[in-house]
Amino acid sequence: MSSKDFDLFRISEEHEMLRDAVRSLAEAKIAPFAAEVDEQARFPQEALDALLANDLHAVHVPEEYGGAGADALAMVIVIEEVARVCASSSLIPAVNKLGSLPVVLSGDEALKHRYLTPLARGEGMFSYCLSEPEAGSDAAGMKTRAVRDGDHWVLNGVKRWITNAGVSEFYTVMAVTDPDKRSKGISAFVVEKSDPGVSFGAPERKLGIKGSPTREVYFDNVRIPADRIIGAEGTGFATAMRTLDHTRITIAAQALGIAQGALDYAKGYVRERKQFGKAIAEFQGIQFMLADMAMKLEAARQLTYAAAARSQREDGDLTFFGAAAKCFASDAAMEITTDAVQLLGGYGYTRDYPLERMMRDAKITQIYEGTNQVQRIVMARNLP
Amino acid sequence: MSLRIVVCVKYVPDATGDRRFAEDTTTDRDAVDGLLSELDEYGVEQALRIAEASGDAEVTVLTVGPDDAKDALRKALSMGADKAVHVNDDDIHGTDVIGTSAILAKAIEHTGFDLVVCGMASTDGTMGVVPALLAERLGVPQVTLLSEVTVADGTVTGRRDGDAATELLQAALPAVVSVTDQSGEARYPSFKGIMAAKKKPVTALDLDDLGLDAGQVGLAGAWTAVQSVTARPARTAGTVVKDEGEGGTQLAAFLAAQKFI
Repeated sequence: MSSKDFDLFRISEEHEMLRDAVRSLAEAKIAPFAAEVDEQARFPQEALDALLANDLHAVHVPEEYGGAGADALAMVIVIEEVARVCASSSLIPAVNKLGSLPVVLSGDEALKHRYLTPLARGEGMFSYCLSEPEAGSDAAGMKTRAVRDGDHWVLNGVKRWITNAGVSEFYTVMAVTDPDKRSKGISAFVVEKSDPGVSFGAPERKLGIKGSPTREVYFDNVRIPADRIIGAEGTGFATAMRTLDHTRITIAAQALGIAQGALDYAKGYVRERKQFGKAIAEFQGIQFMLADMAMKLEAARQLTYAAAARSQREDGDLTFFGAAAKCFASDAAMEITTDAVQLLGGYGYTRDYPLERMMRDAKITQIYEGTNQVQRIVMARNLP
Repeated sequence: MSLRIVVCVKYVPDATGDRRFAEDTTTDRDAVDGLLSELDEYGVEQALRIAEASGDAEVTVLTVGPDDAKDALRKALSMGADKAVHVNDDDIHGTDVIGTSAILAKAIEHTGFDLVVCGMASTDGTMGVVPALLAERLGVPQVTLLSEVTVADGTVTGRRDGDAATELLQAALPAVVSVTDQSGEARYPSFKGIMAAKKKPVTALDLDDLGLDAGQVGLAGAWTAVQSVTARPARTAGTVVKDEGEGGTQLAAFLAAQKFI
């Protein structure tokens, strides 16, 4: 009856080995600094060093550009395992993918070589600049302008909520090239940190993911060569949206990781914590909470992995699955981390334990790369 | 001709699991997950570093163990070893260190070698005698417990850090070395390494292939016999000293009674 070699609905041995490797690395080199990184709101340099040393900082870069050429599911596993110990650190590989995917998807060969190669070598991280002060969910309402001037484009404007701004060397920037065409008048460009006229705002003072700098990026007459455009003029918004179809799955992965970290911690705690003469894990009220948490997490994981497979295959229903995975996993992570704080009682509410950090970090996954309300709009428009 | 390095690795029960013994007093391998012995990861690491420095070397990982021991080989292959040899035979069950060294020596000769690299000990048996036994059986020099090791011009050079002195040792190849946990952090398998590992050759050998007789190995062939196994008693609460002015005296009396002072 049973056949152990039935290979549906389980991930490959290689993916499991990758999980083991990243988990050991994350526990040894990233976890010890997670609390300090959060407390001091400082960049997780130790995590970046460890990820670079083990070629895990941008595993999605194809092999022809010197990358690891990892598939979307492998990417999810890397993000999950890093986020399990430190959500801020998981934004290093996550945003490297978000920032560079427009180049992977739409850039010409020369642009790919020029920017994916240094990313793969660890010479510079990549950020993604879409949102603006007045253009969040309505991204097409952006004001940043790019004007053609001979062999150059000249950029002017402000981008807001830019993850790893100031740390990254490279920036994919969406800007209006034809104001009459709204979303079809938007183009994407690669801007370098060192381009004259690029500057950064003060770091945002955030609730969570404090180790990952979020700043405004200012473009003041930034003059870049015309060959820095990503794809054809007017395709920038489509590229930006197609990018998000893929990278929302990384946010789902981040949510899974944060939730798994919280569940693992709470599970250990309730076995140790004694009240009324026994471990609180023996009380059915506690057991029901843990069962719900594990159930939600596993459902989110299955949906996320199914979405990752669709991302890798570029299936027609990717848009629905990407939005659904991001939305479901982030909502689940918020519930799970909140319940994990509850399971630790007063201790969970203090900074002496990692649960409150995980709960604060989980919140952003419901907001960025499209709020969960926007995800529902996307899903409704792309019902399977 | 390239440098042929053989690394001996062991598949051991996860020390964080609940380790038990089977009825025949051998390790109950079904009761707990296994993994590549952490101390052998240092051996793999040093072998890979020697291979990288030489530019022309082939690293073979070798294990003697049951079916699941392939996981240990797979891990070593994903770290970067080139190929693997798995000696697996039902008759090996229960083999002691004398028998194990005989099997390893035959398998090493079968594979061909210039340098054999071992960890300092296994994390389960912890005897640490396999390198010496292997050197004896292979008839080659042994340079053990090294915290630093290099190979150049047919010579292996290493540093052994002792309590009283640091020794610099050399031996002509072929030779057997063992490396300590101070020799350098073992690398994590990379994504590329993991993906490549599945395609690397793993040679399966049994006792017949090695020209060994079942009577020389196994539980019956072991030089030592385990009569019984008793679990260490659970930790008790211990003695609580209440300090009512003379706590120090009580502590001193306790330590004196235990012969600590």
